[in-house]
Amino acid sequence: MTTKIYIPRDSSALSVGAEKVAVAIATEAKNRGLDVEIIRNGSRGLYWLETMVEVLTANGRVAYGPVKVKDVPSLFDADFINAKPHALCLGLTEEIDWLKKQQRLTFARVGVTDPVSLDDYLAHDGYNGLKNALKLSGAEIVKTVTDSGLRGRGGAAFPTGIKWNTVLGCESDQKYIVCNADEGDSGTYSDRMIMEGDPFVLIEGMTIAGVAVGATHGYIYLRSEYPHALVTLNEAIEAANKAGYLGENVLGSGKAFHLEVRRAAGAYVCGEETSLLESLEGKRGLVRFKPPLPAIEGLFGKPTVVNNVISLASVPIILDKGAQFYADYGMGRSRGTLPIQLAGNLKYNGLVELAFGATLRELLYDFGGGSATGKPIRAVQVGGPLGAFLPESQFDTPLDYEEFTKIWAVLGHGGIVAFDDTVDMSKMARYAFEFCAVESCGKCTPCRIGSTRGVEVIDKIRSGKDHAKNIQLVRDLSDTMLNGSLCALGGMTPYPVLSALNHFPQDFGLPAETQAG
Amino acid sequence: MYIIVALYNCNNSRFGDISLPDSNTPQDINTVINRLVAEHQHRPGALLPLLHAIQDNIGYVPETAYPQISKALALSVAEVHGVVTFYHHFRTHKPGRNVMHICRAESCQAMGSEALEAHAKKCMNIDYHQTTEDNAITLEAVYCLGNCALSPSVMMNDEIYGRVSPSDLDALIAEAKA
Repeated sequence: MTTKIYIPRDSSALSVGAEKVAVAIATEAKNRGLDVEIIRNGSRGLYWLETMVEVLTANGRVAYGPVKVKDVPSLFDADFINAKPHALCLGLTEEIDWLKKQQRLTFARVGVTDPVSLDDYLAHDGYNGLKNALKLSGAEIVKTVTDSGLRGRGGAAFPTGIKWNTVLGCESDQKYIVCNADEGDSGTYSDRMIMEGDPFVLIEGMTIAGVAVGATHGYIYLRSEYPHALVTLNEAIEAANKAGYLGENVLGSGKAFHLEVRRAAGAYVCGEETSLLESLEGKRGLVRFKPPLPAIEGLFGKPTVVNNVISLASVPIILDKGAQFYADYGMGRSRGTLPIQLAGNLKYNGLVELAFGATLRELLYDFGGGSATGKPIRAVQVGGPLGAFLPESQFDTPLDYEEFTKIWAVLGHGGIVAFDDTVDMSKMARYAFEFCAVESCGKCTPCRIGSTRGVEVIDKIRSGKDHAKNIQLVRDLSDTMLNGSLCALGGMTPYPVLSALNHFPQDFGLPAETQAG
Repeated sequence: MYIIVALYNCNNSRFGDISLPDSNTPQDINTVINRLVAEHQHRPGALLPLLHAIQDNIGYVPETAYPQISKALALSVAEVHGVVTFYHHFRTHKPGRNVMHICRAESCQAMGSEALEAHAKKCMNIDYHQTTEDNAITLEAVYCLGNCALSPSVMMNDEIYGRVSPSDLDALIAEAKA
């Protein structure tokens, strides 16, 4: 009998040798005359255990990890293909505590299925959402999404249903669905995991959006740093086209939906939706003034839904299981689940999907296992390079959009980057300005000039030059950028800067007790 | 007995399939660009896909191609230049045989990327945006590769490497120079 072995093709798994492990296992099996089928799945998201190899048994999948090439002969010697014990054996994958404690809705299939097998997708509840959607009117689909409470997972947290409703209400000969897959926020990788691990769920979500608002063409704007996601997405789109899930007549409904991947070109600002649209039109990614909203005048001047990967990938389960099923997860106005990405200096980094409401402390210690270096965690940055730095005293904040707003922080795209006590926060503040200077589109003055002046002022503070005056100057400059920038790049750079200054004043040569904000 | 090996290789993008030999002439480049312009010019928002195609094929976007591109897309040469230079990904000069990107973003900083950057610059005796004397490696910075769970990260051509130590980096450099 053929034994099924799962070895990830996820680019993080590949970054620690998954490809070499796959070759070694295939070669060893051949040499030993064993009958195995190797399936290249996405990652389960337990990245410290990559390369994680799973073997399918009658009781479920048994995991081994982290597997290196040198471990392969001993795995075969131990008869791992019959799930026999080995030092690297982790037991049944589904029983691994770290995974078992999660609530995986959007990520239900990631790491489980073969990402480019449509049959596998269908066998795991795939396309149930679209089939339901095709029985509903556009307005009914939009109402379901609105009722689910789904908010934009890209960072802005704008209600997805309301955005869709605006596009639905526009009369136009052409409308577009644009997926923002320009996942440029450092510390985030959930979009990549979806695109590499379960691309059909994104394709299905975009198709549902198209059917709902009457758009016949979709674009996935994919960052150029994700070559593996490009390959996976294109393979999946081709399979969906062949099987009639995309194209002129989606599942015989008479409705058309065409989908195309467009590569970005390394500009962070193109994650801002209007800049993204400019880029898709073939221009420099300069931010547009709003209004008009993209929902009314978006791509090529037509009504356009612009949603993040995770927002769109959360739609199929909402249409499959119903708005209430999704809304039953979460707290307050943050409904459903958030795929949280643990990054930086933590022992157990990976993807944790949980209902809103878990605290940072649970994430950092129960899941993250504390710092990788074993030193105390001094600061965490949540929500990418424009997110605030939080000190230990704020680790009990629940992950909820409104709770984060209360402490002048953002959840953003759900990335959490941990730093141990060797971090110099004035350096991080300098980096925030420097990053803004590198990535500014240049359209508005606060961002274009302010970022460069910010680096200079922080340098003066760090060298002690006119210290008090320059501390005041950096606050004034931050105020100008916060209130005068055209988009979130300039407008939110003060979050990491001021949070570093307010929570860690000693790193700026101020007494620790000076916490004036 | 049979074995199904589903190996996965990603070698069809960016630098993996450069179709011109090192000694290409301006005429060769011109022919390739004309072909790519004809392939892409009628797509909506054609400029970025076209620039990607050019860079995938010849490794960079030569400024000498601006007039061809601008004419085909009804843009000014200034507009084409503006787009090429706006995006970090596009380059107007031929890079070294390999391109190494070191991630400078926060997660990698938390795991020692600064030391890695310094090590790379010292070993290769170059700064960012420069190429080693033997033309083996061009060094670039990148701000996040989405490999933040396994920081620090480095990308060599299209392959990402996680948890890169200075000695891992030495090995990558040696391999690229070989």
